[in-house]
Amino acid sequence: MNTELTGVIVTFIITVLLAIPLGRYIAKVFAGERTLTDFMNPVEKFIYRVCGIDPQKEMNWKEFLKALLTINMLWFVYAFFMLLFQDKLPLNPDGNPAQTPDLAFNTAISFLVNCDLQHYSGESGLTYLTQLFVVTFLQFVSAATGIAALVGVFNALKAKTTNNLGNFWQIFIKTITRILLPISIIIAIIFIFNGMPSSFAGKDTIVTMQGDTVGVSRGPVAGMVAIKHLGTNGGGWFGANSAHPLENPNYFTSMIELIAQTVIPIAMLFAMGLYIKRKKFAYVIFGIMTIGMLCLLIPTMVSEISGSPAIAKLGVSQPTGAMEGKEVRFGPAASGYWSIITTVISTGSVNSMHDSSMPVSGLMQLLGMMINAFYGGCGVGILNYYIYIIIAVFISGLMVGRTPELMGHKVEAREVKIAAIVTLLSAFLIKGGAALAAYFVAHHGDMAWAVKPSAWLNNPSYHGFSEMLYEFTSANANNGSGFEGLGDNNIFWNVSTGFVLILARFLPIIGPVAIAGLLAKKKYVPESAGTLKTDSLTFGMMTMAVIIIINALSYFPALTLGPIAEALRGAH
Amino acid sequence: MKKYLLTSIKLTAVLLVLLAVLYPLFLSAVGKLARGNGNGETINVNGKIVGYANIGQKFTQDKYFWSRPSAVDYNAAGSAGSNKGPTNPDYLRAVQDRIDTFLVHNPGIKKEDIPAELVTASGSGLDPDLSPAGAKIQVKRIAAARHISEDKINTLVDEQTVRPLLGMFGPAKVNVLKLNVALDEIK
Repeated sequence: MNTELTGVIVTFIITVLLAIPLGRYIAKVFAGERTLTDFMNPVEKFIYRVCGIDPQKEMNWKEFLKALLTINMLWFVYAFFMLLFQDKLPLNPDGNPAQTPDLAFNTAISFLVNCDLQHYSGESGLTYLTQLFVVTFLQFVSAATGIAALVGVFNALKAKTTNNLGNFWQIFIKTITRILLPISIIIAIIFIFNGMPSSFAGKDTIVTMQGDTVGVSRGPVAGMVAIKHLGTNGGGWFGANSAHPLENPNYFTSMIELIAQTVIPIAMLFAMGLYIKRKKFAYVIFGIMTIGMLCLLIPTMVSEISGSPAIAKLGVSQPTGAMEGKEVRFGPAASGYWSIITTVISTGSVNSMHDSSMPVSGLMQLLGMMINAFYGGCGVGILNYYIYIIIAVFISGLMVGRTPELMGHKVEAREVKIAAIVTLLSAFLIKGGAALAAYFVAHHGDMAWAVKPSAWLNNPSYHGFSEMLYEFTSANANNGSGFEGLGDNNIFWNVSTGFVLILARFLPIIGPVAIAGLLAKKKYVPESAGTLKTDSLTFGMMTMAVIIIINALSYFPALTLGPIAEALRGAH
Repeated sequence: MKKYLLTSIKLTAVLLVLLAVLYPLFLSAVGKLARGNGNGETINVNGKIVGYANIGQKFTQDKYFWSRPSAVDYNAAGSAGSNKGPTNPDYLRAVQDRIDTFLVHNPGIKKEDIPAELVTASGSGLDPDLSPAGAKIQVKRIAAARHISEDKINTLVDEQTVRPLLGMFGPAKVNVLKLNVALDEIK
C-alpha cells in the first residue's frame, strides 16, 4: 500500500515541478521571446503564407471570437461528414460500419468541444482514418482553441487599456507548433517503447493457451493517447480508455498519462503570472485550486483504498481495496487519484470504471465536474475560474459598498450579467437534462429508440439516477468520462448531450473573452488604499467561498438523490 | 465572415497534413524500433504465438493460474468493465457465485483469504495481471492438479513477480500469461 501512496504523491510533485518551467516557456512563446523551439519559425511562416494570415494584425474581442467560432464551425461540418461516410473511405482494416447520423452528430461535437463523450467503442465505432483525421486532429485543435481563448484574455488583463486581444490565428498556430505537437511527440515515443501499438496493422486473431480464438484490436494508438492527455481531451482509442492494457500498459505509462493531462492546466497558471506580471495573483489561484482538488481527492482515495463495504460483507478480503472496474497494475490509490484528476481537469479519460467506484468517490467525481475550475481543462479551466472571480469581485464590492474593480477596471452590470448567465447555464443544463432523462425512464420506458429508456440504466435505484446525472454533468463540463453502464447510443442521449456540449463549451468561452474585452476597453483606475486586492489570500478564500456556495445551492438536491443517498444506504 | 472562412479552410487543410498524416506516420516509423515493431508485443512458445504480453487471457482449467473475471470474456476485439455499481444486488449475487465457484475448485482455502480481485471484474476486461496474493492463493490447487510441490510453484510466482516501479511506486503484480507459460515449462 505504501508504494501506491508514494506513487500518487510523487506523480503530483513531478507534475508541479514540470509545470513551473513549462509555464515560463509558454509565457515566453506568447510574448514572442526567444525559445528553444525557434526552429519552428519557418514552419509557422509557411503556414501563415499558405493561409494568407498576417500574424501581426491586431484583433478586438469580437474579431477574435469570430475567427475562433468560424473555424470551429467548419471543423464540426467536416467531422460530421467524415464519420457519416467512414465505411466508404480508406484505412478501415477492420471493416467497421459508418456512424448513424445522431451518433456522428454527437461524436463530431464531442471531440470539437474537447469533451470526447464517446457513445461508441473505438474498436468497432471508428476507422483508422477517422481515429486520425477526425479524433486525433480535433484533439489537437480543440485544446489549442481553449488555450488561444485564454491567451486572448491574458492580453486583455495585461494592458491598462486596450482593444487588442492579439491575433487569434497566430496564438492558435503557435499553441500547436510550439506546445502541443513537440510535447506530444516526446510523450508518444515514451509510450511506444512501453508497449503501446503505433502501426497501421488491423485487428489480429490469436488462439490462446487454452485454445480459445479471440481478436486483438490494435492501431496507431500511441500518438493519439499522447494528445488525448496533453490536450485534456480524454477520448480513448479503445472502449475501455486508459484502463485498456494497450492504451496504458504499466504503472510508468499511467504516471506519464496523469502528468500529461495535469501539466498544461497548471503551467497556464504560472504562465499567466509571468505574462500579465502578477505572479502573486497566479500563486494564490494555484493554492486555492490545489486545496479544492485535495478536498475532493482525499475522501476518494480513502474510500477506494478501504474497499467496498458490500464486498466485505460477503466475507472475502480486500488487501488491494475496491477492485471492481480497476486494474491490478494501477491499484486503488492511483485509480482514485486518476478519477479525481480527470474530473477536476476536463480530461475525462479513465483508468478505472467510474460506474463501479464507491458512492463517495462518485460524489467527488461529480463535484469535480460541476465546479470544473480546480485547474480545469486546457485554457478553459482558468476561464471558468475567471467567472467565479468576477462574481467574487461583485459580491465583495457589495459587501464593502464600493463599485467593484478588477485589475484597475470597474466591473459593472453588463459584465456581472454575463458571468451570472454563464454560471446559471451549467445548473440549468445539468439538472434540466437529468430531469428530462428521468422523466423518460419513469413514464415512457418503451419509446422506440435504439435503446429503450427502460433499458438505459445498468444499475437500479439511486445509482441508476447517478448514471443519468453523471452523463449530463460530464457533457456540461466538456469532460467526457461517464458512468459507462448507461445505454447512451440512441437518439435521445446523442442529441440532448450534443446540444449541452455546444452550449457548455462556447458560452463559457465567449463569456469570459467578452468580459475581458469589455473590461480592457474601460478607463484604467489606479490602485488606491480602498482598492480590493485581488491577489490577496483573503480574496482567494472569498473566491473559494463563492465556488462552494454557488455549487452547493445548484447541485446539493440532485446529488442527494444519487451518490449521497447511495452512500448513506450502503452504510446499513 | 467570408474572410475568416477562407482562412479557416486553408488552415484546416495544412493542419490535417501536419497532425493527421505526418505525425502518425513519423510515430509508426519510430514504432518499428520497439519490441513487436509497434504492432504490440507477443509471446511465443515453440515458435507459435500464444498471446499478447499485455492482454489478459481466460484460464479456467485447474492446472493454470486463473485470470480475473472479465466483462468481455477476454476477447480483445472489444474492451469494457462490468459498470456494476457497488450496491447493486444482482451484482453482489454474481460476486457471491464467483466466491462459491472458487471455493469448490480450491478445497482447503478459507473464504476470508480470497483477495477481492479474483471475484471482481477488471476495468478493461483484459487485465493481464494478478497481485502476488491473488496468484499464491491458487498455488495449492495447481500443485494438486499438476503433482508438483507447492514450494516449486511458490518460487515460480516469486520469480515472475514484477516489483513496484523502481521499488517505490505502485503495486507489485504478476503477469498471468507469462506465469502460466513458465508453469508449463516446469518438469
